[in-house]
Amino acid sequence: MIHSLFLINSSGDIFLEKHWKSVVSRSVCDYFFEAQERATEAENVPPVIPTPHHYLLSVYRHKIFFVAVIQTEVPPLFVIEFLHRVVDTFQDYFGVCSEPVIKDNVVVVYEVLEEMLDNGFPLATESNILKELIKPPTILRTVVNTITGMEKGETHRELPSWVKALNNLLPAFCLIPISGSTITAEIQGVIDACVKLTGMPDLTLSFMNPRLLDDVSFHPCVRFKRWESERILSFIPPDGNFRLLSYHVSAQNLVAIPVYVKHNISFRDSSSLGRFEITVGPKQTMGKTIEGVIVTSQMPKGVLNMSLTPSQGTHTFDPVTKMLSWDVGKINPQKLPSLKGTMSLQAGASKPDENPTINLQFKIQQLAISGLKVNRLDMYGEKYKPFKGIKYMTKAGKFQVRT
Amino acid sequence: MSSNSFAYNEQSGGGEATELGQEATSTISPSGAFGLFSSDLKKNEDLKQMLESTKDSAKLDAMKRIVGMIAKGKNASELFPAVVKNVASKNIEIKKLVYVYLVRYAEEQQDLALLSISTFQRALKDPNQLIRASALRVLSSIRVPIIVPIMMLAIKEASADLSPYVRKNAAHAIQKLYSLDPEQKEMLIEVIEKLLKDKSTLVAGSVVMAFEEVCPDRIDLIHKNYRKLCNLLVDVEEWGQVVIIHMLTRYARTQFVSPWKEDDGLEDNEKNFYESDDEQKEKTDQRKKPYTMDPDHRLLIRNTKPLLQSRNAAVVMAVAQLYWHISPKSEVGIISKSLVRLLRSNREVQYIVLQNIATMSIQRKGMFEPYLKSFYVRSTDPTMIKTLKLEILTNLANEANISTLLREFQTYVKSQDKQFAAATIQTIGRCATNISEVTDTCLNGLVCLLSNRDEIVVAESVVVIKKLLQMQPAQHGEIIKHMAKLLDSITVPVARASILWLIGENCERVPKIAPDVLRKMAKSFTSEDDLVKLQILNLGAKLYLTNSRQTKLLTQYILNLGKYDQNYDIRDRTRFIRQLIVPNEKSGALSKYAKKIFLAQKPAPLLESPFKVDRDHFQLGTLSHTLNTKATGYLELSNWPEVAPDPSVRNVEVIELAKEWTPAGKAKKENPAKKFYSESEEEEDSSDSSSDSESESGSASGEQDEGDSSDDSSEESSSEHGSDSESASEVGDKRTAKRNSKSKGKSADSSSEEESSSDSESESESESESESRKVTKEKEKKKTKQDRNPLTKDVSLLDLDDFNPVSTPVALPTPALSPSLIADLEGLNLSTSSSVISVNTPVFVPVKTHVLLHRMSGRGLAAHYFFPRQPCIFGDKMVSVQITLNNTTDRKIENIHIGGKKLPMGMQMHVFNPIESLEPEGSITVSMGIDFCDSTQTASFQLCTKDDCFNVNIQPPVGELLLPVAMSEKDFKKEQGMLTGMNETSTVIIAAPQNFTPSVILQKVVNVANVGVVPSGQDNIHRFAAKTVHSGSLMLVTVELKEGSTAQLIINTERTVIGSVLLRELKPVLSQG
Repeated sequence: MIHSLFLINSSGDIFLEKHWKSVVSRSVCDYFFEAQERATEAENVPPVIPTPHHYLLSVYRHKIFFVAVIQTEVPPLFVIEFLHRVVDTFQDYFGVCSEPVIKDNVVVVYEVLEEMLDNGFPLATESNILKELIKPPTILRTVVNTITGMEKGETHRELPSWVKALNNLLPAFCLIPISGSTITAEIQGVIDACVKLTGMPDLTLSFMNPRLLDDVSFHPCVRFKRWESERILSFIPPDGNFRLLSYHVSAQNLVAIPVYVKHNISFRDSSSLGRFEITVGPKQTMGKTIEGVIVTSQMPKGVLNMSLTPSQGTHTFDPVTKMLSWDVGKINPQKLPSLKGTMSLQAGASKPDENPTINLQFKIQQLAISGLKVNRLDMYGEKYKPFKGIKYMTKAGKFQVRT
Repeated sequence: MSSNSFAYNEQSGGGEATELGQEATSTISPSGAFGLFSSDLKKNEDLKQMLESTKDSAKLDAMKRIVGMIAKGKNASELFPAVVKNVASKNIEIKKLVYVYLVRYAEEQQDLALLSISTFQRALKDPNQLIRASALRVLSSIRVPIIVPIMMLAIKEASADLSPYVRKNAAHAIQKLYSLDPEQKEMLIEVIEKLLKDKSTLVAGSVVMAFEEVCPDRIDLIHKNYRKLCNLLVDVEEWGQVVIIHMLTRYARTQFVSPWKEDDGLEDNEKNFYESDDEQKEKTDQRKKPYTMDPDHRLLIRNTKPLLQSRNAAVVMAVAQLYWHISPKSEVGIISKSLVRLLRSNREVQYIVLQNIATMSIQRKGMFEPYLKSFYVRSTDPTMIKTLKLEILTNLANEANISTLLREFQTYVKSQDKQFAAATIQTIGRCATNISEVTDTCLNGLVCLLSNRDEIVVAESVVVIKKLLQMQPAQHGEIIKHMAKLLDSITVPVARASILWLIGENCERVPKIAPDVLRKMAKSFTSEDDLVKLQILNLGAKLYLTNSRQTKLLTQYILNLGKYDQNYDIRDRTRFIRQLIVPNEKSGALSKYAKKIFLAQKPAPLLESPFKVDRDHFQLGTLSHTLNTKATGYLELSNWPEVAPDPSVRNVEVIELAKEWTPAGKAKKENPAKKFYSESEEEEDSSDSSSDSESESGSASGEQDEGDSSDDSSEESSSEHGSDSESASEVGDKRTAKRNSKSKGKSADSSSEEESSSDSESESESESESESRKVTKEKEKKKTKQDRNPLTKDVSLLDLDDFNPVSTPVALPTPALSPSLIADLEGLNLSTSSSVISVNTPVFVPVKTHVLLHRMSGRGLAAHYFFPRQPCIFGDKMVSVQITLNNTTDRKIENIHIGGKKLPMGMQMHVFNPIESLEPEGSITVSMGIDFCDSTQTASFQLCTKDDCFNVNIQPPVGELLLPVAMSEKDFKKEQGMLTGMNETSTVIIAAPQNFTPSVILQKVVNVANVGVVPSGQDNIHRFAAKTVHSGSLMLVTVELKEGSTAQLIINTERTVIGSVLLRELKPVLSQG
């Protein structure tokens, strides 16, 4: 299975290596560097690279390449899924997963990796089990105290208990409206839970409208049978943060798109100036504010510079990458944010034949666009009263507007 | 870092192996030896000093720095002697880091590594399972050939360890030892065989992994474990699931016959498929007996289905490929939704999944058609994803959706990513060839693209147009002219070559233009690309043959240029053409046919997917499939066998195991699905009871009832699942029930399990009617004698055999782990929680009777009931109730019977036989059985006489919902250990000391509840055990006397509701004076 792991940063330095079987020379990564060079962007580096004696499977996250070396046939998703799990674990341990953090905690990282695989086969990948074996650096002290407390006979139940069952619903869209009509839109969501309960609480979570859920996948703690028969999520939660459920809302229900974008981008053949205007506005938001709006667009190569004035927020245009980005912030329905101005084009060149795509990011608090509602969350098996809370949120996924 | 000592806690051998450290010290070379080298080594020098220090903190710091060096890939091997002597350190932190170091460098320093072996050997015997496991892990990771025998011994021992976690590590060690010394193969196979029989889900994945690595060809080892693996699959950890599913896929392909009809080949359309299926079924019906699926085959397909909901992409993909490769074609469809879900994951996952979907979509368009829009390309996708999506879109294109797709493609062509735009044009070409209706539209669209400003786009369009025109050359003179004009502007060689070729082919249709083109080309010949030069030569030759008057000289000029070209291909081609077309004395017979040779009708190229090539013969989801080359260690998926190998090899004949598996079979027997599969039953003669009972299968008729059977399968799997964890006594009961129904010769066509059990109840009733009457009579006598214990030898009538314990002792990990980790580990353990139950006779039967019907309200008929506390003869889930009827009137009461029943959901009641008449002042006792479903809900019914009906009800005290259980103190503690947390309720009781004598407590407890006494070693702790009648869950009661006049009352049970009710009832009883 997985032979070795190399962590490579964006400048091509191997800053960590771990071998689970005999040592593989780091020169094997040269093949990876070759592929990296060939691919212009990091995103385009193929996830599977064959070399004469090994195969390199990599994932790219947080500007780090996690390159696994394998020698024999293995399902590639097995390795890829595992690498993602490694990244998730690091994130869970250190809050962020970045090169400096990994370098700072190299011993913990190394020990975690040692526990996660034995002879290349996954051993312990659940972060709550790992945390029992190897303490994360920050919560070290407090946990030691708690544990010793427990050993002295103060049972779990006596400890102050609290739970924060925070359910984030993140329905996300992918939609590409062209000439006013939506090409495709879908809602996918997740329920992330943060559970901090003592003992062995048995939780059940029920929905007002479980029929909405079309396709679901569960955390292993969820009892599948119960879901099949009653559409209730019944589970004994692991400690801490975990993704309880991810779902997809059936496409038959038309998606109400909460924003619209008006655009007027025109190039003229003769002149070296183009007109540019974008307006963003809310629609069907059920009275909630749209916030965190960011508009980005990759302008055609012919655009030399842009002189724009936003009605609110800040904007930047990078003349090298031709990336326009406009941080709008909140949308005030009374005064719609707009960005107007001109583009200066390469003199003499004919007008670019493609129109830029506009990407939109936004968030809506306290609203689940899918209409999914949690009915109740009950706890069985423990006597204390837990603190319960739920937070709904809608976030744009890959929201693109073709112009 | 210093925190995880709790994991290894105090138990870790205190004084272990200090002498090893001393040994090691003596072998260390004097530290001055490295003095010659640079300052870098000086740093190591201080590390060495720190390691020698007496302070643990210094050592720990040193070790951390060393591990940091290893992580960065720096060589730290020279510190080996200094590090290895700390292997026996008492500090767990240091020890662990030393292990890390040791594993990394042992291979390089074999002699010194040997010094550490004895530490591990000792740790292998440690009472803490984590320490045993980690010792085995490190020992087996030390790649030193000399210790192979030691490793072998350690693996053998560990494979028999009580802790499943250690056994899991043993399975991992097998692979390590095998790679170190392949000669151990035979011995290792023995260990694998043993571990394959393991019932722990923790072990299953790892041992199958070892199997795949060491002896993937020994499929005979799997037979006996096949059904177990299928049933365990859902509970195995996710990584193990992937490995097991892949292995089982291969297994299924060797052991079962193909579920695919011979001639349905590659289905393009679901609709077609169903039609052809129907037709074909008729045909096959006539021709030969229909295909019936092996029940084991069905078992695998059914048990993997829930895993499509896994969060782990690898598991979903593994199930998808299993369905693709082994399930009937009509069932493959369910995987598409799950695969499409994976597309919303990370780019790497997308990449692999899209590749697999691409392969699938070539063969089965219908599967992914509903998800067409999921494959639309976003401008932010990486190029490789874009290309794959395009590929799939092309595969999915058909007459119905092509117009939408073409509109979508138009946007892609305008994309800023020109590579992608070019790929789109290719795609449009393929769509045009595949769907004849749109060929013209596509062609026109492509011609428009010829005026695109981007060269790559234009070039690609030319190439595609060339291919399209070749298929229908007739009416496209205009396009060719247009393209000829493009020659002036286009510089991309492939495009130029394509245009030249097109003109050459169609030179007779454009007689004026062709020679002119040749003239232009002759001018620029020397500066053209090789590809273009070859086409210029071709064009020249063709024109020479058709229009030699105008082009003879030009062609000869070109041939002369070609003769002195640098490229030998071109020189060869020139020579060849000259010989063929220019007539001279030496030219042979061939030149006569020159025109036919050059201007032959050429078959149009097939525009095919690059994925079509060979890729589909690799198993989906494998690395080899992704790379499209055979990866090292790829195991071929064999073709279906013509005739299925003997299916009986999978029958498990060992008696204990057979018991384990029968319930699953029985459960199926009572399934409604059975009706559909009656033919298959006939086929398999029902001599063998297990194959008989499992004979439902996906026969041709079964496939029609697709919806039904899939519903069933989920039900079935649930019942099966349940029966796995059901208590042994229930197993026994089911078997008797079955026996009864068999003896009656009734076929099992009842519609549900419950029904059938009630069925068999009624039968057993009639069978045992006479007996039960006897019982009643005898009881009556005893009753009159005021016997305190009516339950005597009559018990033998109740066939207690059925309650025979099948005890499978559970390997219990030493509780050295922190509690939650234990819970985690145990959650993975398969053993049923109630494995040590054996039903006992009641300790005490209270004489307390309850009024059912007062004589005043019953018009002279009085009824009392009491609980005789014996297993009910009417059904094992029922509570026995004895009703004593008294006639207080002065006339006969006739026909006493039970009328309408009003029972809560699930509750069942077995009524007594009507009493014909009751003499005045007479009394009669009858028995009934009520299944209270482990609840204290009231059973209401009507007690009727000839003239009247009286509404009566029975509410059971919670203590009567139990059956006493005999178990040892050890078992009790073990079970109690498993029922902690939410399963535990407790309270404190305060009472006078005289109430806390053992006999009083015993008396009080058994008075309230029908529990069995567990012998106790301690005077101050009293333990009682019982199980609930309906579900058989354990109910453990502990009374622990404390100082002063208090006691702690603890109840452990899965049925927390009953537990707390019982607690509430026991508390006042125990505390009262």
